[in-house]
Amino acid sequence: MTKTKSILAALAVGLLASTSALAGDVRIMWYSDGVEGEVLKELLDRFMKENPGINVILDNVSYSVVREQLPVQLEAGAGPDIARVTNLKAQSQHWLDLRPLVGDAAYWDENFGAQADWMRPDGSNQISGFMTQITLSGGFANKTLFDQAGVAIPGKDATWDDWAKAASEVAQNQQVPFAMALDRSGHRLTGPVLSYGANYIGADGKPAPLDQGSKDFLTKFIGWIEDGTMSKDVWVSAAGSTYRAAADDFINGQLVYYYSGSWQVPNFSTKIGSNFDWVATGSPCGPVNCTGMPGGAGLVAIKYTKNPTEVAKVMDYLAREDIVKEFSERTLFLPAHKGLLAKGLDFKTDDAQAKEALNVFVSATGSLSELAQKLPGWFWSDTFYGAMVTRVSQAAAGEMTADEAFTRIDADIAAKVKDSGL
Amino acid sequence: MRMDESGRSGLSQIAMMPIHFLMGVLDAPLRWLQRATGINGMAAFFLLPNMMIFGVFVLLPFFINFAYSMTGGTALFLPDRSFVGADQYARLFDCGSYIDPGSCAEDTFWTAVRNTGWFVVLQVTLMILVSLVTALILNRELMARSFWRAVFFFPVLLSPVVVGLIWKWILQRQGLLNFGLYSLGFDPHVWLNDRNWSFAATIGVSIWAHMGFYTLILLAGLQAIPKDLYEAAEMDGTRPARAFWRITLPLLMPNLLVVVVLVLIRAVQIFDEVYVLTGGGPGTSTLYLTQYIYETGFAAQLRNPGLAAAASILMGAVLVVLTLLQLGLGRSEKKGGRK
Repeated sequence: MTKTKSILAALAVGLLASTSALAGDVRIMWYSDGVEGEVLKELLDRFMKENPGINVILDNVSYSVVREQLPVQLEAGAGPDIARVTNLKAQSQHWLDLRPLVGDAAYWDENFGAQADWMRPDGSNQISGFMTQITLSGGFANKTLFDQAGVAIPGKDATWDDWAKAASEVAQNQQVPFAMALDRSGHRLTGPVLSYGANYIGADGKPAPLDQGSKDFLTKFIGWIEDGTMSKDVWVSAAGSTYRAAADDFINGQLVYYYSGSWQVPNFSTKIGSNFDWVATGSPCGPVNCTGMPGGAGLVAIKYTKNPTEVAKVMDYLAREDIVKEFSERTLFLPAHKGLLAKGLDFKTDDAQAKEALNVFVSATGSLSELAQKLPGWFWSDTFYGAMVTRVSQAAAGEMTADEAFTRIDADIAAKVKDSGL
Repeated sequence: MRMDESGRSGLSQIAMMPIHFLMGVLDAPLRWLQRATGINGMAAFFLLPNMMIFGVFVLLPFFINFAYSMTGGTALFLPDRSFVGADQYARLFDCGSYIDPGSCAEDTFWTAVRNTGWFVVLQVTLMILVSLVTALILNRELMARSFWRAVFFFPVLLSPVVVGLIWKWILQRQGLLNFGLYSLGFDPHVWLNDRNWSFAATIGVSIWAHMGFYTLILLAGLQAIPKDLYEAAEMDGTRPARAFWRITLPLLMPNLLVVVVLVLIRAVQIFDEVYVLTGGGPGTSTLYLTQYIYETGFAAQLRNPGLAAAASILMGAVLVVLTLLQLGLGRSEKKGGRK
């Protein structure tokens, strides 16, 4: 009997010990485009020294895990306590409302209020988290290739056609495989599509059928892939809406003009170094405007957390002005913090090209169309993006005509809207 | 070391002591159980743990999956989903012509079905041929025979993701194959951008990755064929080709049958190495059924678990047919053997 009691007591102590270890744990699911994972790790180590009762576990994962596995975990009422996410609006029902938990809600509203609606359910005033970086889609040119080919880099108001012509000339002259590339992403396609006058949002707030502006650019884009102006490798390299980037081709000097976004700046600064000169160019113009697409990654608290108080403490710490400043300056990311943006940043890099590129992206924010600013907070954005990528890829691979692709995009989106029951 | 009468060492007797002890402890309750339930009851008792595992991990998921296929919406949990009857199946079968995926409401599903069909026909045929030829060669008196057997078996040990990555590095634009071609003065080719070459690559890579396992099964079958049959045939002046058709193939048939069914089932389920190698592209030319199910149920924006479940039930039905085929052929083979 005494032996049994001893075993039970030992078990109870063990269980209590394991429970108390879990009580202070805060698990963060994080993906990195550059060095931000390492910077965050250092910042969190400092936090844990200041708050010995809270153990923050940083899970570094690939972007595809955040896109494909996190949504399933969230639907199951599980997942991490905090996550870095880009699909913010469509999953907003899973985010924790930090308003009653953070130290100073007014500070959050004041400094992160401009993007708060991107990550909360429609009609609420919830504080779900904050943007770790604001991004803007835009182009990069390999200046060395342009110089060697003796072709002038197109100016600020150059159109997509101007860039296609110039990049093709350089590629031919310099014998590089790709003149242009655009990431296999609906978000990336949307900048140029909007510059051709497209509108995705119907009168009822739901997706509208593809309009002439969308069709005009997508037809041009598919034609560019077919004639080799645009890299075929990126767009036909997968089925479905799988994300593919062409950053490696640009870094390896195999690509003249790359349309991606501001998050590539630290990546290029680290990996290209002094191998060749490159410049950020903003977004080329269409017939209507020269808009890129804003976006970024938000750090959100998950409502299924067992430790909301600890989560709020971690979020309060990471949203602090001095911490956001250090994070942005070291990672070369544009912050979302209003007060910090007003004061200015001193990006920690000796790379003049990177500094110049960041300035180009900051100034390009002035060219954003009204719709471009609205789309990150629109529930159906990702549905639209996914359908476009899937069908444009099939048209680019020669499986269907552009018109058939447009019919399929409309049908796919209509089916998704019907499936959602919204 | 001292040995007892049965030849067992004292050490092994010591090692067996806990087992003897356990059997002694269990003997009384098992005898009681046998008296209470009879011999048939004992069979059921011993099968119970296995059946429970089968029930929890195979039968239950199957019924849950079937229930999902009868529901609609994007919610993950079954109670949150609306009952739609056979709508998901109707949606999959909503086609102008099944031969033309473009005429179907779910064109991607039918593209995947068509691709999988072609893949199964070509891959299974080639896999059997290649494995059989390799087994026949490895069964001969070769120099360093064990080494060659290991060489062919080695890829089986690799993870499918590693297989996909290795071949991606070989076949991509600036991969090893193009480097070799360029070095020899030939024009490089972007293999993975080419619909036909990509499809061929998925077949070739899956054969490379798995043939070692099937070769091993066939090799075991070849080694079980009595040598004196060949010696008798040789004495009768039988040509080697005739010996192959009249002795080797009939006696290898049970192993060959197992291999055919295993290869068939594996081919219908193809996913991992292809997903890494081509991602289903270019376009949808290497999109197979399992990837369609994965994309629809997990990767797509606004997932559709009901449609994915319906597609997987249909794929499961094909696998059941193949398994029944194996059982049927296995039985007729046994009957043939008894005659």
